[in-house]
Amino acid sequence: MRAEEQVLLKLNKLTKNFGGLKAVDVFDLDVASGSITSLIGPNGAGKTTVFNLITGIYRPEAGSIEFDGRELIGRQPHQVAKAGIARTFQTLRLFENLTCFENVLSGQHCRTCSGIISSVLGTSAQRREEAEVRGEAERCLKLVDMWDFRDELARNLPYGYRRRLEIARALATQPHLLVLDEPAGGLNEKESADLMELIQGIRDSGITIFLIEHDMQVVMGISDWVAVMDNGRKISEGTPYDVQHDARVIEAYLGTDDDDDFYSKASAGEEWEGEGRT
Amino acid sequence: MAGRVERANSASRLGTPLPLVGSYLSKWGLPVIIGIGIIFPHVAGNYWIDVAVFWGIYVLLGLSLNIIVGEVGLFNMGHSAFFAIGAYTTAILSERFGVSLWLLLPLSGLAAGVAGYILAKPIIHLRGDYLLIVTIGLNEIIRITLLNNPLGLTGGPNGIIMLDQFRIFGHAIERPMDFYYLVWAFVAITVFVLIRIQRSRIGRCWNYVREDEIAAQAMGIDTRWAKLIAFTLGAAIAGATGTVFAAKLVVISPESFTFMESVILFCIVILGGMGSIPGVILGSAGMMVLPELLRNFAQFRMLFFGLALVLMMIFRPQGLWPSRRWTTILREGEGE
Repeated sequence: MRAEEQVLLKLNKLTKNFGGLKAVDVFDLDVASGSITSLIGPNGAGKTTVFNLITGIYRPEAGSIEFDGRELIGRQPHQVAKAGIARTFQTLRLFENLTCFENVLSGQHCRTCSGIISSVLGTSAQRREEAEVRGEAERCLKLVDMWDFRDELARNLPYGYRRRLEIARALATQPHLLVLDEPAGGLNEKESADLMELIQGIRDSGITIFLIEHDMQVVMGISDWVAVMDNGRKISEGTPYDVQHDARVIEAYLGTDDDDDFYSKASAGEEWEGEGRT
Repeated sequence: MAGRVERANSASRLGTPLPLVGSYLSKWGLPVIIGIGIIFPHVAGNYWIDVAVFWGIYVLLGLSLNIIVGEVGLFNMGHSAFFAIGAYTTAILSERFGVSLWLLLPLSGLAAGVAGYILAKPIIHLRGDYLLIVTIGLNEIIRITLLNNPLGLTGGPNGIIMLDQFRIFGHAIERPMDFYYLVWAFVAITVFVLIRIQRSRIGRCWNYVREDEIAAQAMGIDTRWAKLIAFTLGAAIAGATGTVFAAKLVVISPESFTFMESVILFCIVILGGMGSIPGVILGSAGMMVLPELLRNFAQFRMLFFGLALVLMMIFRPQGLWPSRRWTTILREGEGE
């Protein structure tokens, strides 16, 4: 398929069961370096489980996850982050009682090394590191346009900013791959548009993006490659245009029951309009 | 909510520093408090100086527990076990081998720190109340072990009498006034060290773990390591405080390290405000000095206590002096 592109993340025959439920069932996917790759599918298809497998929260029963040529399975979440994969969460997980600046500083933890003794003594290496860390946090906050909120507690932020802060925090880990779990969830149209621009900007800065999204306008608007999941299996993948016209995808989303209106729209090549949740 | 954010966004808010604990205290408050602290033993009677000594000891213990409970959010209700390990290490080594107390101070800290590390390692993954129950168990195991006089070392229920004192150029620190200065000097050093840690990479990572462990992991923080370091450091400071306690009390016996003692330490942290250093100082005053003031009503003391705690939980659940976040404005100001 995309032989000319370099693969950054390679999921190979990934399988994860919860009791009798096959949440992820022999799942393969390649995420090309420098791309925006989306994973879509109906609720309960196993998308977030795939993300949790990649980031080390779950351990798969079978299969392998190769990132930048290294095997990720068996690594702890913090080791995965250190290897260069940063993530955001579907249900936001900010450090609510800390300021935005402190939230973003957390990302730099795994890139620094000063310990208790050097902090107490205030050694020059520690102070230099601290200055660098703050500079990086400042850069990330400015990137998502939130520098003015730096001293505000995370819990006081409106929803759209909370989403952006989580992205800034993930960027502060200086990742090669940014994994976004429904970044546009709960955002209004204007906020979604800003978000798309932000994600594209991040990609252009050299960070590969892998995202789950329900908002089809966002997915179809920015993705280079789209994979569709249903019942733990990959049912289709391709460019946004191909996927939109794949009969299996339409079936997974809308069932086999013929919907004339939808078919006419799809065959006319019109864009879906955020109806992913149906 | 929205209004508040808008204000934060406006230029005026960003131009003026937030009224922080640090800025209030550093201008006038701190020199005045230190001045009062230095003069106090010259005007107060020995009884009140002794109250202040025990207050200082409880501040040290409260600060050590605050690392574990306040900064990392690990519910440890068996902290007096580590205090006991420190005090007994001091008493045994001093009585049997005549080791100097100055040397025993770090040694006791080390002993309690190692014990804390070993005991916490298998239980550190437990959350909230589960950890709390296990630490209560640890406290009782340590206390009953001391009571049973293992290898004839601890003297059983009678404890150990330790006659040595801290000595500075041959001058033994025995008088309440000397002891007062010694204890509060230790408090000052500990506070300095803890503020440095609080505002470093390590202190921040403790707060991330407290706020959201899964998010902290996803940001590349080894949360298990962070929790173990906090537990070990907290235990070590409590152990070193045990040396001071042994020197002050002379008789070290298991009854000083009961579960009730751990509860009082836990209350100090909760009462003062989790993660707040001035909160711990106020909280210990509430738990130590207030009961002394209420001595005339001794029978009702526990009643006052309970009532105060209930009222606190209703009207000020965040503690007497809640911890404040350092802001970038203050940081930048300090950098200049």
